[in-house]
Amino acid sequence: MHLAYPAVLSALLFCTGLYGVLARRNAILVLMSVELMLNAVNLNLVAFDVWLSRTARDTLHSGQALTLFTIAIAAAEIGIGLAIVLAVYRGRGTSDIDKLRDTAEGPAPDDSRGDGTEEAPVTGDEKAEATA
Amino acid sequence: MSLAAATAAAARATTTAAESHGFLSPTGVEIAFLLVGLVTFGAAIVTVTTKQLVHAALWLVMALGGLAVEYLLLTAEFIAWVQVLIYVGSVVVLLLFGLMLTKAPIGRSPDADSGNRWVALTVAVAAAAALVWVVVDAFRTTWVDLKGPAAGSTEVTGASLFQNWVLPFEALSVLLLAALVGAIVLSRKAKADATTPADAATPAGAQSRRSEKEGTR
Amino acid sequence: MTTTTLAVLVPLLPFLGAAAGLLLGRTAPGYVRPLAVLPSLTSLVLAVLVAVRQGGGQAINAATELTPTGSVPIELALHIDGFAALVAVLVGVVASCVQIYSTGYLRDDPRYPSYAALVSLFTSAMLLVVYSGDLIVLLVGWEVMGICSYFLVGHYWETPEARAASIKAFLVTKLGDVPFLIGLFALGTDAGSFRITTVLGTVASGGLHHPTLIALLLLAGVAGKSALFPLHTWLPDAMAGPTPVSALIHAATMVAAGIYFVARLLPVFQASSAAMVVLAVMAAVTMAGSALAALAQDDIKRVLAYSTIGQLGYMAGALAVGDRGAAVFHLLSHGAFKALLFLAAGVIIHASGTNSLAVMSRMTGLRSRVPDAYWTMTVALLALAAIPPFSGFFSKEAVLGAAEHVATGHTEHAPGSAGWIVLVAGLVTAVLTAAYATRLWLLTFHGRGVEAPDHGKEPRSMTAVLWVLAVPSLAFGLAYGPLPDWFDGRDLTPVLTTSVLGTGLALVGGIITYGAWRHTTALAPRIPLGAVAAHPDADAGVVEAEAIASHAPAFGDVAYAADPADPGRLLLGPLHRHAAVGFHLDAVYNVLFVRPVQAGAALVRFLDREVVDTYVRGAAALPRLLGAAVRRAQTGNVQTYVSALLAGTVVLVVAALLVATGA
Repeated sequence: MHLAYPAVLSALLFCTGLYGVLARRNAILVLMSVELMLNAVNLNLVAFDVWLSRTARDTLHSGQALTLFTIAIAAAEIGIGLAIVLAVYRGRGTSDIDKLRDTAEGPAPDDSRGDGTEEAPVTGDEKAEATA
Repeated sequence: MSLAAATAAAARATTTAAESHGFLSPTGVEIAFLLVGLVTFGAAIVTVTTKQLVHAALWLVMALGGLAVEYLLLTAEFIAWVQVLIYVGSVVVLLLFGLMLTKAPIGRSPDADSGNRWVALTVAVAAAAALVWVVVDAFRTTWVDLKGPAAGSTEVTGASLFQNWVLPFEALSVLLLAALVGAIVLSRKAKADATTPADAATPAGAQSRRSEKEGTR
Repeated sequence: MTTTTLAVLVPLLPFLGAAAGLLLGRTAPGYVRPLAVLPSLTSLVLAVLVAVRQGGGQAINAATELTPTGSVPIELALHIDGFAALVAVLVGVVASCVQIYSTGYLRDDPRYPSYAALVSLFTSAMLLVVYSGDLIVLLVGWEVMGICSYFLVGHYWETPEARAASIKAFLVTKLGDVPFLIGLFALGTDAGSFRITTVLGTVASGGLHHPTLIALLLLAGVAGKSALFPLHTWLPDAMAGPTPVSALIHAATMVAAGIYFVARLLPVFQASSAAMVVLAVMAAVTMAGSALAALAQDDIKRVLAYSTIGQLGYMAGALAVGDRGAAVFHLLSHGAFKALLFLAAGVIIHASGTNSLAVMSRMTGLRSRVPDAYWTMTVALLALAAIPPFSGFFSKEAVLGAAEHVATGHTEHAPGSAGWIVLVAGLVTAVLTAAYATRLWLLTFHGRGVEAPDHGKEPRSMTAVLWVLAVPSLAFGLAYGPLPDWFDGRDLTPVLTTSVLGTGLALVGGIITYGAWRHTTALAPRIPLGAVAAHPDADAGVVEAEAIASHAPAFGDVAYAADPADPGRLLLGPLHRHAAVGFHLDAVYNVLFVRPVQAGAALVRFLDREVVDTYVRGAAALPRLLGAAVRRAQTGNVQTYVSALLAGTVVLVVAALLVATGA
């Protein structure tokens, strides 16, 4: 099998996940996109491991081992990530990433703190109007 | 699985020289890989573009499952089953729980994508073009011989893992423990959150707005 | 104790008194009066002792070098000759009298402790100037006097006149002090030392390279301190200070310092005949102009101030003809009678509640209210007018005699032109001096109109010192016999020609003024004028401050009163209006210096605000624009940030690949 097939598929999946990370508004969907990116990397690792184990007589199987590690770390990451998202949701009533703007430069120099909480109702109202 | 074995046998019959394997005369494994890959890629695209949040999780199952099949086609059995068990089995379930717990709307939500969409598309397409160009340019003649014993059978993987990768494996268990503790600490309801009226009022107000919104819908 | 120790203690004691007075003024008010009076009295006694021991003989020189100061050494040096010893006695006498007088004059003043300490410091600085044998140490005392005069003239700082006067006194004297400092440095560089004895030795051996330049630079400082034309304008305005301070400044310290300095360094000035002529012209203009101005003043203290300027002109004239003995002789006698005049004027102001001669001329019986002031002031005015046998006669005759001596061809010490200038101006001034002295006396004590107010007896401390000072005013002139032994040995005996001429002219001036007064005094009751202090029973200092503050609102000007009964108006005719304002010299200075400086300040302010700040604002504008752009980018949206990051990464990777593949 040509190595180009899994490599190109991996690249495409990675960029899909990249798009999801950059474009999705819901934090959990962003986490899903991160999973897609991780899996693209996994595919790459496995494909190259298979190639190397046949071509270079490599018995270390580092690609597969790293894939397993990545899966384990991804599991841990998804757990922590969800915990953070839930904590944020509890604290702010939303899990939309583009509303978490506490680090934004406020309109007034001394008004940067309440920015996230004050803008949230406004956009929320707009959202409600849009759905109505 | 039988299809994969057949294509592997066909590949064994042909010459091993890399130059003789053109892209215009694909083997059976390649055709299967291509088809499953298309499905996987399509499922991934739908995952990151659908407006229904729960559907995104389900399409993610599709994409991850497709990847498991690809692992099998690459003779990495163990990874494939781990993929099915962990990703399809647990991670997606966790994500679905997360969606439920954050009261994600069922059905189409028009605001699933942020205003950053077009920038994201540009960046993603550019990155894809660059990566694909580089990968194709680098590996267009590289041939993976899938004949012989499976490169990723449970036996081979286990032997490699517990002979060469014991220490990182054990370190990983510590990391998982830390992640477990961290998740518990983060999920526990902090007492300080409820005491300050401002912080307590904000989620309540947001929740009431959200219920209003669902009522209007 | 050795004479040197005694001499060191003379300036040191008032200084310690000043320091102690400033420290204890708040905490122990009971000690303030002893701390003010006793150091002055003690240093007077010590100065007398020093004078007796020195005895006009060989000059006492002592020096100690505190620390090496480079190529030109500065030493704490004493140089006590006959001049220094006698001037120190005069300073001690006047300072003691002023301190005693002040205890009564500023009895209830809340700022008396700091006032007394500053007077002590003033005295100490003057004594330092007198005794110092090193020009830099002399300069220290010189400058300390400047700052003390600033504080003391501004004692009534609640009134705008006092504030303006103190600043004016400080700035005008500083204007002279800057060239003075440069001149001192030039002198020290030429002589290689700041020791007065070394400097005089260099001058005697002809080692001075730029005598005219140095002499003129030094003369600027002297003119500022001693209120010679053209830097005399601060002195009449300094009348806004308390009367004892005026007495101190006019009689013994400050103005005397300049004359004394020239007397001490006279050979330096004599090395340049141009400087002597300049000094003579300055002296002539000063004495004649100030005497005319004195005739037109309405404020009794301003009359006395202009008379001081005139007498300083006499002293400067004596120096210009190279006779420092006559100059210091006149300095001593003038110090006594001018202190007396001011202190008596303080008593009169307190008694009458006004400082305006126009108002006093409409009071009867002021003479009987203050008999001490009447009699002593009469003596002092006779001395001022140089009527024999009062002290002023002898000292002024010494000056005129010296001028005549030079004018008649004895030009080994001074150019003959200087002699003629001084002689003519001195004789003209003699008429005018007698005229304004008579006018002052007549207007003050021979007024007709309402009865003078009765505030009871003046404090004993104020009247006693008048009689103490009346003694030298009356009899010091007889010292013309022994004094040459203390000075240069030049004869100070009155010359017949100038004596007859001077006395005759003085009598003429007095008689003409009397005639004019007889003519105008009938007008006085017809035009009522009056402005009397609001609290006539209060402390003398308060009465004076109120009198000064009320003069300008009542009469339209601090120096002028539209009084047709004034004999000075009749005598001066059309000149009166100009003389009253000091011949518009303040206006000229206003045009020449104040306006250009203010215009320059406005220009600098404009350049700073509009030009320099524009650059600063321009420099800030670009960063501000960039900052606004960057701030616009800080949306807080993590996705935007990551997008930018990854876009940059892609661009970089593509660029790196292109470079690596050589495309």
